[in-house]
Amino acid sequence: MSLLDEVERLDEFRWRIPRRVREGMRVPGVVFASRQLLEQAALDGALEQVVNVAYLPGIVGASLAMPDIHWGYGFPIGGVAAMDRADGVVSPGGVGYDISCGVRLVRSCLQQSEVKARIHELAQELARVIPKGLGAKGRLGLNRRELEDVLRHGAPRLIAGGIGWEEDLEYIEEQGAHRGADPGKVSERAFERGAGQVGTLGSGNHFLEVQAVQEVYDQEAARGFGLFEGQVVVMIHSGSRGLGHQVATDYIKIMDRVVQRKHISLPDRQLVCAPVESSEGSDYLAAMACAANFALCNREAMTHFARQAFSSVFGRSPQELGMSLLYDVSHNLAKPERHEVEGRERDVVVHRKGATRAFAPGRPEVPAAYRHLGQPVLIPGDMGRYSFVLTGLESGMVRSFGSTCHGAGRRMSRHQAKRTVHGEELKRRLQEQGIVVMAGRMQELSEEAPEAYKDVEEIVEVCEGAGLSKRVARLKPMAVLKG
Amino acid sequence: MGRFEILEHTADTGIRACARSAEEALISAALGMFSILTDPDRVDPVREIEVEVDAPDREALLHDWLEELLFQSQTRNMLFSRFEVQRLEETHLSAAAYGESLDPDKHPLKLEIKAVTYHRLKFGPAKAGWEATVIFDV
Repeated sequence: MSLLDEVERLDEFRWRIPRRVREGMRVPGVVFASRQLLEQAALDGALEQVVNVAYLPGIVGASLAMPDIHWGYGFPIGGVAAMDRADGVVSPGGVGYDISCGVRLVRSCLQQSEVKARIHELAQELARVIPKGLGAKGRLGLNRRELEDVLRHGAPRLIAGGIGWEEDLEYIEEQGAHRGADPGKVSERAFERGAGQVGTLGSGNHFLEVQAVQEVYDQEAARGFGLFEGQVVVMIHSGSRGLGHQVATDYIKIMDRVVQRKHISLPDRQLVCAPVESSEGSDYLAAMACAANFALCNREAMTHFARQAFSSVFGRSPQELGMSLLYDVSHNLAKPERHEVEGRERDVVVHRKGATRAFAPGRPEVPAAYRHLGQPVLIPGDMGRYSFVLTGLESGMVRSFGSTCHGAGRRMSRHQAKRTVHGEELKRRLQEQGIVVMAGRMQELSEEAPEAYKDVEEIVEVCEGAGLSKRVARLKPMAVLKG
Repeated sequence: MGRFEILEHTADTGIRACARSAEEALISAALGMFSILTDPDRVDPVREIEVEVDAPDREALLHDWLEELLFQSQTRNMLFSRFEVQRLEETHLSAAAYGESLDPDKHPLKLEIKAVTYHRLKFGPAKAGWEATVIFDV
């Protein structure tokens, strides 16, 4: 019998994989999906991975999967797992290699009509000031001591040096500084790989887009978030670059040894873990916090450059252009949080790998200005269609530890996309739709073609149906910067 | 010499290398990894670096070998196209990698590899010699 046959339907958008399907599962699996998305996940092998995560010591509630679930090594992409802090584990594979990969959205007071005529000039200026692609070096030139400071103190340190605005901090997860960050727990190798990379976009699916608010679904929330139809905004999707990749690599290696020493039996070597309270577990969390601070500073630095680019094109200061930060949220992190599980409050470490925190109205972690509305959730789509701003819901707090989807997810492999789509042709096609593309490499552009991705609207609709988050606004790309 | 094939999944990429010996399988796997990054035919093997790897088991040795090459490539800003295994034991490897500095005009860059994973990692004797399988985070 295939795993799909054993899945129980809870309602239209929720499916349970019961514990009995595999001996060793500590909790059931719950997948938030439409019937069609569930079937795709089964074909993909991702449901097996939801089952595998349920083996991890100290997992509470259920091993969860968001609607954009797809196969990843170890944890599925779109996987969420909460582990008890006292007797559970932390797993670097449950965060992923790009620690604190995330999205931020910067407002402007410009109208789409004002920007349209100068979009080429703006795209070129953005491409000039923001280093992108493989091996790109940043323009900040931080020395070793400054990089350590950034890792320990996060965005406030960068802002103190004149990169970014003081008021941005209120609108960055953890006010721009993850607690417990200890650069002493970051290897020399990670420092070497991260050197010079603060303020660089990277490659792959990372991007900077100039977008216009195309449709508002929730007027009150949109007003509260400072969004209006026709408004021009900037979305940045990037992570912790080589430093984060190396921190993950280092600690997966360290925990591989822990698992062997303690004879923890796991269905997949990539799921290696260590108790939260062990030295390896707490060292990882201290190093992960450094990588997360790196990612926040990376996005803050690119925001600074983007503000400068807008300012030079439109001849007004970024302040006059209203370029304030709406929000910055990660979709690859493990965070100590307090949640109600089966009727009682518990301290857990919530792993979100390709899943976004989506806290409900009233949670103290939500910035005061938005607290009555819920936390803004930023969901990047593909470069041809649209991205979304969502907000967290009370029902999501109980159902998914306050988590929702993180994006569209690929439909085609890169190879398949390259075979189907020609880079130059794609660029022309997007241009006809009024989207200017600045890409380092045409081949990579075809890998990122809209048709290579699922329709993100379908994903956010399912999130809404499942009660995880609701739509506030839809954003349409005007200019796309790719690595 | 061994040969390799690229394994493609929707969101990720890997390689399977087959060769007559363990040494050749390690070399093919390395060549496979650099063929995901660039076209190794266009990388002249003019500079040599030494690589020493110690790992707890055979699979981890394959992982750590590729991880070390990736690290050297990124931190030295180099690409490699030729490899030599000098000494191979169950959990120890001494090798040399030959390549040159990355030149975007000369070397087409295809894909960034973020990391070498342990997922479905395999390295051992197979039907006709040795086989190595590895999945990358790209």
